[in-house]
Amino acid sequence: MNKTGYIAARLLQIVPTFILIGLVVFVLTRLLPGDPVSAMLGDRATDEAVNRLRAQMGFDRSIWTQFLLFLERAVTGDFGSSIAYRVPVTRLIAERLPVTLTLTGLATIFALLMAVPLALVAALNANRWPDYVIRVVFQVGLSSPIFYVGLVLLTVLAAWLRIFPVGGFGETMLDHLWHLFLPAITLALSFAAVIMRNLRASLMEVLEAEFVEFARAKGLPRQIVLMRHVLRNALITTVTLVGLHIGALLGGAVITESVFAVPGVGRLMVDSIFARDYPVIQALTLVLAVIVSVVFLVTDLIQMTLDPRVTR
Amino acid sequence: MSARLTEPVLRVDNLGVRFDTPRGAVNAVSGVSLTVGAGEVLGLVGESGSGKSVTLRALMRLLRRNATASGRVIWRGEDLLAAPERRLREVRGREIAMIFQEPMTALNPVLTIAQQIDESLVAHRNLDERARRARAVELLDLVGIPSASVRLDNYPHEFSGGMRQRAMIAIALAAEPSLLLADEPTTALDVTIQDQILKLLLGLVADLGMAMILVTHDLGVVAETCDRVCVMYAGRVVESGPVSAVFASPRHAYTHALLRSMPSGEAARQPLTPIQGQPPRLDRPIVGCAFAPRCAFVMDACRAATPPLMLVGEGREAACLAADRLAALETVA
Ligand SMILES: Nc1ncnc2c1ncn2[C@@H]1O[C@H](COP(=O)(O)OP(=O)(O)OP(=O)(O)O)[C@@H](O)[C@H]1O
Ligand SMILES: [Mg+2]
Repeated sequence: MNKTGYIAARLLQIVPTFILIGLVVFVLTRLLPGDPVSAMLGDRATDEAVNRLRAQMGFDRSIWTQFLLFLERAVTGDFGSSIAYRVPVTRLIAERLPVTLTLTGLATIFALLMAVPLALVAALNANRWPDYVIRVVFQVGLSSPIFYVGLVLLTVLAAWLRIFPVGGFGETMLDHLWHLFLPAITLALSFAAVIMRNLRASLMEVLEAEFVEFARAKGLPRQIVLMRHVLRNALITTVTLVGLHIGALLGGAVITESVFAVPGVGRLMVDSIFARDYPVIQALTLVLAVIVSVVFLVTDLIQMTLDPRVTR
Repeated sequence: MSARLTEPVLRVDNLGVRFDTPRGAVNAVSGVSLTVGAGEVLGLVGESGSGKSVTLRALMRLLRRNATASGRVIWRGEDLLAAPERRLREVRGREIAMIFQEPMTALNPVLTIAQQIDESLVAHRNLDERARRARAVELLDLVGIPSASVRLDNYPHEFSGGMRQRAMIAIALAAEPSLLLADEPTTALDVTIQDQILKLLLGLVADLGMAMILVTHDLGVVAETCDRVCVMYAGRVVESGPVSAVFASPRHAYTHALLRSMPSGEAARQPLTPIQGQPPRLDRPIVGCAFAPRCAFVMDACRAATPPLMLVGEGREAACLAADRLAALETVA
């Protein structure tokens, strides 16, 4: 299969994923305790008003009709209006999503910047002191819960030293990066620890490979042996892990964004769940599912580029 | 295949390689001395674990981090064991090249053959991209890969075993080395392919005026391809000399036993008798001749001290106290 065919096939795979997640989301939101209409109108609403709103939101139709309607709208990007904010869900998400994506992107970049060079140093000095130091530090990073590390960083760097803001997102691009720096570093620490461990192990495996010895026997410069032969082969397995972890980060945005008061979709999700804001919950879940699918697709494409054996 | 040559290009003097392992030191190679003349093919034989691969790697200083090499490796008058890393990178690939047993693992799976040839040319030759490509096509032609310009852009997994080994040879020869170190280049291949690859190597040695050290288990291969042979046992060279002379009348009890255990080939006149017992462990000091516990000719003196290599004929050396008895034996038979 060639690359274009592969991409097309993978993009098509997103469609059943989308429908399935849509179904799950739809069913789950209906299973949540409490009735959204009475939640919206309050306890003292008249029956008449409640029924009117029910009809308006389509709650009086059969559950299947509701689901198909929901899917149909979702495909066209129409998720209806938020019950709590009374604005179109699409607009609400469009405002919040860039924050979450920037945060996730920053965290990924920070994590890779930490993990890749340090994994190389650790693997090249396997079982000597630089390796031990790096491994111990990352072990601590890995075993500390995100919210705890986050709170410590917030307290010290933001509240005491006032180097960084305590929350929010800021106005300009630079301001955004500034506001997201601490949360991104927090996320990056455990992310980097996971990648470092995996990459160190696969680097050590590749370093033993005969083709690396062959590359040395050819008299290639050290950095070419390291980058083209060792690192590239070692990254093949790590790339998958990076993709999976980005997916997990997006899912975990709920926690991070709450700790750091970041106005992203994670916070929006928490608020919407408490408010039983069904349209927002459904739309968010679907959007995140699609984004995660795309991340996995990109991961696979990078892996394909690194490893020609994958598709041939 | 003329063995009479002038000054050797490579002279190994008292080479030793020790590995430091968590369970103690392993003396994988001790006191190995050998020479290779220009255009000469030297066979290096011995049982598994006798130190053949370690010796080859030590010549190019390609040993693992836990290894310490001692002695001297004089390449065209220069001691490679003392040379700076930069100089070694010039020697590797350009002057001395190495090929391995298993091309599937020795070739980088994610780079095309073209890329793997090209990086060698970039490192050692001052050619532009076009000229490098032309040279790469030429190399695949040289090693007998059909439709070279197409196959060049294939990845190793797209080749058959024999073709892969040819590709590895092409990559190793990219910068026209004058010595090729071949570590069991045919062991992983089918018998018919083995023959083809050996013929190819011999042809290349003759055409390019290259010397070669051929490591192998197979005495038949040595008989067919090598000018001289070094027999290794437990990290030492126990016998060396011209192939025809050594095979006709071995002067070390181990060589003798090895020849008798040989399954096929022209030197297999006697019935097959595998050598009983195991080679010694290398992580303990060995007192006396390492082969003594398995030797049919053993004497008390063999266990007292390691027998030194002694001249046992024209260009022949053996480290065996039974050399005379073996010589007599062979003439009788
Ligand atoms: N990195 C290492 N650390 C410790 N010991 C090693 C290391 N590499 C090789 N050895 C030891 O050195 C000895 C010689 O190994 P070598 O690979 O040279 O044998 P060989 O003659 O090539 O055998 P084979 O025919 O199986 O390839 C073996 O006992 C092996 O265990
Ligand atoms: Mg070997």
